[in-house]
Amino acid sequence: MPFGLELAIKLVVIGALIPLTALVLGYAELKISAHMQSRIGPYFAGGRWGWAQLLADGVKFIQKEDIIPDNADRPVFKVAPVLVMISTATLFVILPFGPGGGFIVRDLNLGIFYALAISSLGTIGVLMAGWSSGNKYSLMGGLRAAGQLIAYELPLVLAVVGVVIQAGSMSMQGIVEAQIAQGWPYVFTQFVGFFVFLIAGLAELSRTPFDMPLAESELISGYLTEYSGFRFLFFYLAEYASMFALAAIASTLFLGGYGFWGVSASWAGPIFFVGKILAIAFVIIWLRWTFPRFREDQLQSLAWKWLIPLSLANILATAAFKVVF
Amino acid sequence: MDHQAMMALSEVAVSIELETPEMTLNIGPQHPSTHGVLRLVAQVDGERVRDIKPVIGYMHRGYEKISEVRTYPQITALINRLDWVAGYANEIPFIVGAERLMELEVPERAQYIRLILTEMARISSHLIFCGSYPLELGAGTPMFFALRERERVLDLMESVTGGRFHLNFNRLGGVKPAAGAGSSTRKDVQDLPKGFYEGARDAMGRVLAVCDELDQLISGNEILFARTKGVGVMTPEQAAAYGVSGPNLRGSGVAFDLRKVEHYLPYDQLDFNVVTRHQGDCYARYEVRVDEIRESARMVIQAIDSIPSGPLQAKVPKIIKVPKGETYMRAENPKGEMGYYIVSDGGTGPYRLKIRTASFSNISVLSELMEGVLIPDIVAIMGSFDFVLGEVDR
Repeated sequence: MPFGLELAIKLVVIGALIPLTALVLGYAELKISAHMQSRIGPYFAGGRWGWAQLLADGVKFIQKEDIIPDNADRPVFKVAPVLVMISTATLFVILPFGPGGGFIVRDLNLGIFYALAISSLGTIGVLMAGWSSGNKYSLMGGLRAAGQLIAYELPLVLAVVGVVIQAGSMSMQGIVEAQIAQGWPYVFTQFVGFFVFLIAGLAELSRTPFDMPLAESELISGYLTEYSGFRFLFFYLAEYASMFALAAIASTLFLGGYGFWGVSASWAGPIFFVGKILAIAFVIIWLRWTFPRFREDQLQSLAWKWLIPLSLANILATAAFKVVF
Repeated sequence: MDHQAMMALSEVAVSIELETPEMTLNIGPQHPSTHGVLRLVAQVDGERVRDIKPVIGYMHRGYEKISEVRTYPQITALINRLDWVAGYANEIPFIVGAERLMELEVPERAQYIRLILTEMARISSHLIFCGSYPLELGAGTPMFFALRERERVLDLMESVTGGRFHLNFNRLGGVKPAAGAGSSTRKDVQDLPKGFYEGARDAMGRVLAVCDELDQLISGNEILFARTKGVGVMTPEQAAAYGVSGPNLRGSGVAFDLRKVEHYLPYDQLDFNVVTRHQGDCYARYEVRVDEIRESARMVIQAIDSIPSGPLQAKVPKIIKVPKGETYMRAENPKGEMGYYIVSDGGTGPYRLKIRTASFSNISVLSELMEGVLIPDIVAIMGSFDFVLGEVDR
């Protein structure tokens, strides 16, 4: 296949995947939260089960007037949502939907390293959004997001190190293949890492119990306060797409990705993979509608006093086992 | 430059670097968690609150003044709008005060109906708190559980009175006949709607169940503990100094409940406990309210079981004139002590009406409690005081 054609196909696939995953997870969130709260949720749009609710929402967002506050730093205000979206989109490059080159955009041999590096880029976009809005609540939301980044980024990276040691590879497909060869997913040996990764991942996604940057009861809507219409839609899509991406990374690292208990069939890979992603996404949504919100300083002490020592101990144990056995 | 001067210079540089300007953060009057239109002007250093000043008056409707040109029956319609989540409870101290001035003997059945409706109003008010307080702390789900059962209570109140929020059900000397029952002058007047007793018993069972449900869902949650325990601690002395009353006072360990002190309704015939917690923090105030819902539900069931039969209305003249005199009547409302100082010059309306509302006194302590806390704690403390701006501004 010529390079240009391949590039075009991959761009289209990623371009379609982001809104698709955001729609599916967004709809799942609406429905799951509704049923947890003895409501029905979206019901009319699209004729059945309100399946088209988010499409209708999207159309509504596009129709809205594009409002930029007078005090806003206009260029920064405009770039911020795009930057957040780019950092999410580039995460999709290394998601392995199946074995071989046909199921992944590019299997980098530093795949997970790349993912961790890219994922924190989005926070710069959030900080830009908070700063440029010309609103104190937005600014505080942006600064909280930056403070949060410092807290969760270390545990997130340290939690992954255990997996990397055990797999002996940083390539996403390599990690999955190592789990298939071993016969069982790493969640059994790396359960501490999985636990830390999920908690830190929730903080990265700014989801309850770590949704302080948005915190609607304190900061109105945090860095999103001044955004509306299409730019808000960008943030919204990026939120759910990065939830998908994080669930995908977690399921790759800890749940065996596209493999299933030592089984690796290329046609079933995407099904296993998406199934695991949806399971993790369900847990994330479930937590959101169950827990109250932490305070910013409590997140810091949780990260520094508990998660980092825990993941360091995990690395030590993993390395010791690797050397001994 | 010698060493000492350099040290001095570097210290200056450091102190300049570390200096952060304070920011004025205006919270409200339009803000998701100010319960209406309270405005807080906070001086913040980062997330730390240095100084906070509540600004009120955005909802002043002049009820005290307008009462001077209204008749007593008309005023009950106005004062329903003070604490709108428990509208019925606002009528009680006013109407009982006016009745005491007139030296009216209210039939016992009417008193029991008043008591049942007051406790139902308390349940619905506290259920809103138990739903909205976790929401302010970031947990959205308890809101729906609490409001689902509140709806049943409101349905019952509607079946009796025809209104859901603003019942306007009292008359001087008794209560109105139930909704749709027709004229009260008829002999066979229906006082409570069919199926009310079974419906109320059922609804109280559901209310007790939702309290347990809330306990399972949120009360033991570690994050809720982290956010509310030890936050906004109010000592009994502070509470007394600011005139804080109601569940907020009882959360600080003072077992003061006007239902036990003032005999404005037949509370002395019912068996109930005054719920207190000694910690005085946000969690204590939350717990007090959850337990008060349970006590109120038990009270409603007891009152239904022991309600006497008899007339609904004492004999009153067609045009009601309250004799010259003045009185202060207070009652334990869901938000705390509500009192009416009624001055009558013998006319059809009061000469002057002073309304003492619980929320007004309760929020006056906020600026003292909020000094030095973090911004999320503002919301936690503010929410735990459960005030309503309609009551603050009147």
